[in-house]
Amino acid sequence: MNEHLVVRVITKLLVPFILLFALYVQMHGDYGPGGGFQAGVIFATAFIVYAVVFGVGRTIRVVPLGVIIAMVASGVILYAGVGFAALAAGGEFLGYGAFDPQDPARGQHLGILLVELGVGITVAGVMLAIFLTFAERRRP
Amino acid sequence: MERLHLVLPIVLLVALALAMLRLRNLLAIAILSGVYSLVMALVFTSLDAVDVAFTEASVGAGITLTLMLATFSLTKRYETRRPADPLRRAFALLIACSIAVALGYATLDLPHLGDQTAEMHRHIAPRYIQLAEAETGVPNIVTAVLASYRGYDTLGETTVIFTAGIGVMALLWRWRTDLS
Repeated sequence: MNEHLVVRVITKLLVPFILLFALYVQMHGDYGPGGGFQAGVIFATAFIVYAVVFGVGRTIRVVPLGVIIAMVASGVILYAGVGFAALAAGGEFLGYGAFDPQDPARGQHLGILLVELGVGITVAGVMLAIFLTFAERRRP
Repeated sequence: MERLHLVLPIVLLVALALAMLRLRNLLAIAILSGVYSLVMALVFTSLDAVDVAFTEASVGAGITLTLMLATFSLTKRYETRRPADPLRRAFALLIACSIAVALGYATLDLPHLGDQTAEMHRHIAPRYIQLAEAETGVPNIVTAVLASYRGYDTLGETTVIFTAGIGVMALLWRWRTDLS
């Protein structure tokens, strides 16, 4: 679809706003609808739109394969790491209240934020990886 | 007809499902399934389940459709029709009908919509509604339940997605012709 001028320009305009919306959904999940899962999907969609219009090759130059694999793994590691950090802080596994013994609700809030971030990173990485894997196989 | 806002989308869902059954063009079926998800998101929104609606819209209508389209770039776009064996068709119809009757019978046991005395609304939900914000500092109870009270489950789900991604990459990525 690279030859359509309108599609190219609109995509370039759209991608930053999709990314911004994904970050909003990620960070605002505590207060409104949304959270890591939805944010990750929206974040991946921005790159998928880019790949559809400009091709897999150029997308891989924006997010190299190594970065995608790192995203896929680091989200789960962050999630589990928060769990173990709570354990190390003297609480239970994934008991975020231990992060702030004076005010457990603050510790909980911090833990939820980090855990949702982990979910978002992994989901974004996996969705991107699946799409690029399929799209890449089509290339001769 | 006070529940017209629910009845209309459900009629539309049935029509979409029938259309998907009739069509042989896989591309059209995939797009209709995306429409199905969007209508479903409308239903969830009118039931005040905005988090579920958001997930349905972004995952069901958005990413699933995209991944389906990516799949069709590797396979064919049309379903090949096999000559149908009448006996097998009758057997399949019998199974489908009996499952439909069983499911319809099972719905008789479900509580009515918005019934506050239903078992599931009296168990642990009131505790979440009363204490979630004070205990977690997060006003969105859904997020509090998903990430904190049911943190183990969400860790499991994230691991499932991780495994799915790794599986697809290991099976389908052509590592030798690396894109570096």
